[in-house]
Amino acid sequence: MKLDNIYKEEKKSTYAKLSEIIITMASKPSGLIGLTILVFHIILAFISPYIAPHDFKAIDPTLMLQAPSAEYWFGTDDLGRDVFTRTILGGRTALTITFFGSLIALLWGGLLGIFCGLVGGKIDDVVMRIVDAFLSIPWILAMLLIVSLLGTSTEVLIPALGFFYGKGIVRVARAATHDVIAKDFIVSARARGHSNFAIIWNEIIPNVRDAILVEGAMRWSWMLLGFSSLSFLGFGVSPPTPDWGLMISNARGLMSFAYWAVIAPIVGLSSLIIGINLTADAFAKALGIDRSTKAPV
Amino acid sequence: MTEMIQKVKNLSIGFRSKKGEEILILKNITTNIKKGETVGIVGESGSGKSTLALAMMGYVKHGLYTIGGECQFNSSNLLKMKSKDLEKIRGRKIAMIPQNAGQALTPNLKIGYQIDEALQLHSDLEEKEREKKISELLNKVRLPSPETIALRYPHELSGGQQQRVAVAMALAGTPDLLLLDEPTTGLDVTTQAHVLELLNFIAKDTGTSMVYVSHDLGAIAQVSDRIIVMYSGEIVLEGPSRDILKKPIHPYTHGLLKSIPKLSLAGLPESMPGSQPQPGTIQGGCSFFDRCNFSDENCKSNSPKLEFLKDLNTSVRCFNYEKLVNENQVSQTINKIKNKSQDKEILNLSEVSISYAKQKLLDQVFNRISDDNPTVKDININIKKGETIALVGESGSGKSTILKSIAGLLRTKDGLIRFDENRNLSSDLRERDPNDLRIIQLIFQNPDESLNPNHTVEEIIAQPLKLYFGLKGEELKKNIIDLLQKVRLGEFYTSRYPRQLSGGEKQRVAVARAFAAKPDIILCDEVTSALDVSVQAAVLNLLQQLKEDFGTTYIFVSHDLAVVRAISDRVAVLYQGRLCEVGPSNDVYKFPSHPYTEVLLGAVLEPDPDIKPKLVAEDIVEERPPEKGCSFQGRCSRIVGDICKKEIPPWQLTESGNAIRCHIPIKELQKEQF
Repeated sequence: MKLDNIYKEEKKSTYAKLSEIIITMASKPSGLIGLTILVFHIILAFISPYIAPHDFKAIDPTLMLQAPSAEYWFGTDDLGRDVFTRTILGGRTALTITFFGSLIALLWGGLLGIFCGLVGGKIDDVVMRIVDAFLSIPWILAMLLIVSLLGTSTEVLIPALGFFYGKGIVRVARAATHDVIAKDFIVSARARGHSNFAIIWNEIIPNVRDAILVEGAMRWSWMLLGFSSLSFLGFGVSPPTPDWGLMISNARGLMSFAYWAVIAPIVGLSSLIIGINLTADAFAKALGIDRSTKAPV
Repeated sequence: MTEMIQKVKNLSIGFRSKKGEEILILKNITTNIKKGETVGIVGESGSGKSTLALAMMGYVKHGLYTIGGECQFNSSNLLKMKSKDLEKIRGRKIAMIPQNAGQALTPNLKIGYQIDEALQLHSDLEEKEREKKISELLNKVRLPSPETIALRYPHELSGGQQQRVAVAMALAGTPDLLLLDEPTTGLDVTTQAHVLELLNFIAKDTGTSMVYVSHDLGAIAQVSDRIIVMYSGEIVLEGPSRDILKKPIHPYTHGLLKSIPKLSLAGLPESMPGSQPQPGTIQGGCSFFDRCNFSDENCKSNSPKLEFLKDLNTSVRCFNYEKLVNENQVSQTINKIKNKSQDKEILNLSEVSISYAKQKLLDQVFNRISDDNPTVKDININIKKGETIALVGESGSGKSTILKSIAGLLRTKDGLIRFDENRNLSSDLRERDPNDLRIIQLIFQNPDESLNPNHTVEEIIAQPLKLYFGLKGEELKKNIIDLLQKVRLGEFYTSRYPRQLSGGEKQRVAVARAFAAKPDIILCDEVTSALDVSVQAAVLNLLQQLKEDFGTTYIFVSHDLAVVRAISDRVAVLYQGRLCEVGPSNDVYKFPSHPYTEVLLGAVLEPDPDIKPKLVAEDIVEERPPEKGCSFQGRCSRIVGDICKKEIPPWQLTESGNAIRCHIPIKELQKEQF
């Protein structure tokens, strides 16, 4: 057969697929910028404890609200702590908590959504109404309740955030599953007599995975904002843990004369969110899920 | 000399690949459309026929661009025109009728409003005149009572009626050129014949030039004066329609005509090897080279030019056309199929009814189905081991519904499905044991949908092998390769994804998957209707071969009567979920006795301009089967009287074993044929 040489595309390893996706993402300026920012933040999160020039909780009244200098690059806050140290360490907290939070959201939201989409009928109805009911509760109030009952430790914050941000993913996963289960290959698998579990694992997940991952990436940036809001309100991680939300909240009263103490965490937070958003968009495009769908002509 | 309405000169359209290469979809096309002429453009999917038709109205699809050449309409090049100027031409001078009228009409606007919109845009008529014009147009496309139709919404019309509305809208601007992109492809056989007849009438009546794009040589044969055959972006043959269909002098057209099953001939047509090359993969030489029976060394290295033959009035792109000029007719070699059916009964449907009605709460509680007039009713068929039985009928006749119930995907209301004379099969999957599931396998219409796009061919075929036989490792691999070879695909296909395969190859993978379960019965749901003509014959031949090797029984559902004729031993004709006629296919086709079978057979389009479809009944679409009496009473042209409306007709047997359900006595049924 002569056509052999034309289709040279062989089955690729996961590693090769991943690197191809990353290269596609980086080939557009927006994707490249997003990836750069995100990678920068991640690297910083890993190395920050080793490169931090000062102790993040060393209080020194003599150094209160110093302007940026060679010694204290981003100045000091109202307790005399180094803002640079606290900013780079703050990213570490935010990234860890929200990363694991999104992972939990992705897992429970995605799996429940796929299950509801596949099973349909009464189970689907009941589960979706419960999800809807939770969607109608302002999450921040519910979070405040949980945090005041169970405390603000990471073990509480991560699953709680994961739970509240997974609700939206349920809907996306269910919709994506609905698109797939109308296809004949699912009918075919059913007619062969595969179990629901096998159908979800073999037939559905490979087809909805991309959509759910992209949704999860977007949720990550929202969760980051949500988590910082919680800290800002004083319900996130507890002092003296360095955290952007907390830093903004502490320094906002002094903004008029010590702007540096606010600017640094704000830049950190917004750049990370922009980085994640741009990366998620580029990711979606690289996977062929165009979020800005054009109208067909 | 007749006036040319459109001149296409050296037109090339293409796109740029990821690597930056220029890939041509249309290669140097030159052709003319004369005033008042109907030109048919035929080709398989991917041959560039739609791209050419769209270019004729100055439109190039998103992602493509014009590389060279021009489309001249009234001596101006449409492809270089500003969109402001194009607006004045589109609709007024050149109109387009889309493939799927149901999608082309705005769902939330009344039909009359949509036609009026076209009139406002493309004519200078006053309101009163427009009102008159709307009913005039609807009359012209033969829609009954235009006043009421104009007030309806698109979803209230049937597919055929929607297509007629689309024609009316296109005629609103009194165009000089009508472009039709597969206008009848989605329609039922009988409706298709009616729409084609209407188009013929309109072409004569208005003198509009038409460009009719289709993959269906049967439809093209009915409407066109001239035919252009396209193959991988080139015109390979162009000439008067009769000559091309009767004496094609290009090997591709020749092979294509040979591979179309015909009503008059039982048995499988010869298939054409291979498939159309992907754009950008041809390295010099003739693009048809590797599928051609007449090729030589010259064809491999040099690509032929389109040559005009004066005495035949035909243009052909082939070095060796002379070999074909001398051949008189397309002689179709038919592989007669042998009826391998044994006396042993393998599947028996008795009194099967299926309902789609939404059940009341009480019925849901008691887990029963109540419906006095179910979608499918009283199906009694027994299927012999090793035979191919075909269920035919228009859309809505319940043929796929019956298949679903046999496969256990849809619960029956009543009736029994019995396997192997003694084993009852439940119509509910969950109540069947794995072996019951294994013996019945399905092949679907569209392989794009029936193969998981994220699985490799190996993973796809491994599914049933792992599930039913628990195969692993080397043994699994060996079985997969074995199956691939049986469907004439090689070992190297294992690591491919469905998107890397052509339509025919995908369907072969689906066939391999079905056979992997070592089934006794395979349900084929329109398995060839999504395939190109040249590939269709190959898949049919493969299915026949596999059946002979494995002794499998096929239940074959199709709307294409010629395909059914080619492959089946026995035919069951369905209308509105009720059986009309069951019998050996030779007899059903030879003595079309039931009035509905006559209607169906009469409407089949053959790729022969001399065989015109016979339009016996109106193409009305009935929503629900009648409560009482014969299912076909609403459209029957031979209705006997009140008895047809009140009593369910009895089964009558002919001498050859053909069972017909009609009130008309059998003698009389056989007498009155056309």
